[in-house]
Amino acid sequence: MTLRTILVPVAAILIFGLLWELLVWANGWPNYVMASPSDLPPAYARYWELFIVMGWQTLWRTVVGLVLAIIFGVFLGMIMGFSRLMRDALYPLLVGFNAIPKATVVPIVALLFVGDHNFNTVLIAFMISFFPIAVSVSIGLSTLEPEYRDILRSLGASRTTIFWKIALPKTLPEFFGALKVAVTLAFIGTNLMEIVSPHGRGLGALFDSGKTNSDYPLMFAVLIALALMGIVLYYVVVALEKIFAGWAERSPSY
Amino acid sequence: MSKNLIEIKGVRHAYHTKDGPLPVLDGLELSVPEGGFAAVVGPSGCGKSTLTRLVAGLMKPDYGEVWLHGELVKGPKSIVGMAFQNPVLLEWRTILQNVMLPLEIVPTKMSKRDQEERARKLLALVGLEGFEDKRPSELSGGMRQRASLCRSIVHKPEVLILDEPFGALDAFTREDLWQTMHKVKAEEPFTGVLITHDLRESIFLADQVVVLSGRPAKTQYVMDVHLKGQRDIEHLYTPESAEALNILRHQIQIAQGRTDHKEAVQ
Repeated sequence: MTLRTILVPVAAILIFGLLWELLVWANGWPNYVMASPSDLPPAYARYWELFIVMGWQTLWRTVVGLVLAIIFGVFLGMIMGFSRLMRDALYPLLVGFNAIPKATVVPIVALLFVGDHNFNTVLIAFMISFFPIAVSVSIGLSTLEPEYRDILRSLGASRTTIFWKIALPKTLPEFFGALKVAVTLAFIGTNLMEIVSPHGRGLGALFDSGKTNSDYPLMFAVLIALALMGIVLYYVVVALEKIFAGWAERSPSY
Repeated sequence: MSKNLIEIKGVRHAYHTKDGPLPVLDGLELSVPEGGFAAVVGPSGCGKSTLTRLVAGLMKPDYGEVWLHGELVKGPKSIVGMAFQNPVLLEWRTILQNVMLPLEIVPTKMSKRDQEERARKLLALVGLEGFEDKRPSELSGGMRQRASLCRSIVHKPEVLILDEPFGALDAFTREDLWQTMHKVKAEEPFTGVLITHDLRESIFLADQVVVLSGRPAKTQYVMDVHLKGQRDIEHLYTPESAEALNILRHQIQIAQGRTDHKEAVQ
């Protein structure tokens, strides 16, 4: 990583903050219309303990939901990728399920497992994020060129060998592409549950309390904290992608 | 009389489609002696690729028999090596690792070091020395095809099946690879079947050219090539070669269902 790759995004963020400050100042907006970046440090300073506790609650529940989504999504994708019958059977079901806005599912889940707040939150994060993973894995597996399979099969390789040596690694770039989408979605899921069904846990609850107390800088501070966590998790995925599917990246010099 | 290593007898095969059975092969005969190299030519869609899958044991014919080395083919056999028009290299492996892939699947007595040594030797033979640690995406189309060729022979298969391996290359690269093929055959003798749609390629590489009829394909014509052993591109520009090509061209036209008479009318 060169200095440039750090400096450029940091500069972009600084310029963005500056423009935001300028916009609020030029319009003379009071805090309750739109908070400005200069309002945020006091909010963080006052509630830093809450930010750490609740930020951690949001983070671990998102990650657990995401891990479950990966396990289930890969499993589902494998079933659909290898079996035409299962693909035909499950696709409409899956698309229909994905089309339901998850905000409407939140109250249902909250009632279904009332009191199990951690479980509910993880469940929503999982439900919202497994879809892209399942679809990308199934597409990756079902579009494997027959020659790849023939090369190994003609040598007498078993289906398992073909899966481990070819199908799995070949699907990794698609999988990571989907995982980047899923990370963001999982955060949305966690926060939906935290805001709609408040149990006083997670950044979503902090946001909600800011709303109730008309503490507008706090609400913006929560948004920024969420964005920050999203960025961190996203780059964790990018790092994993570099390790496991770095070969898919072509050098642009050709 | 030497025994034939590849023996295809009276093979008939049909694919099952929505509109009923689609016969692709009907009376296919092919014999290749040990060390022989047969080129199979024919109109497009006549079932040439089906033939490769039969020999590799990837599918069974409806009727007829495929024999390899005196054994009836019933399933995939590791004594077969394959290369396709698409080099199908694994992009996440280096060229060396790609070439060594068959050795991970076929049971071998070679030690890991011997395996690597053999792969390196083959890469050097086809002119890829120094590219062992590159990824396939860093190589040109011709180089990838060379690597694919190394992979198809690394486990010393008794039968090499080449399914239009040079079809997607430009004319000059293709001629380079033809010469590489002769070099490889001299160093690593094999018995081969080459599927191609290039008549010049067929007489340059093979010692027997088999013309298949249009679908459903049967063996229509077999030519013993006048050229023997290693060849030069110049050998393609002799009167004998011109005549051989002319005969083959005529056979293809018959296979396509176009006679001279019909062409004259058009």
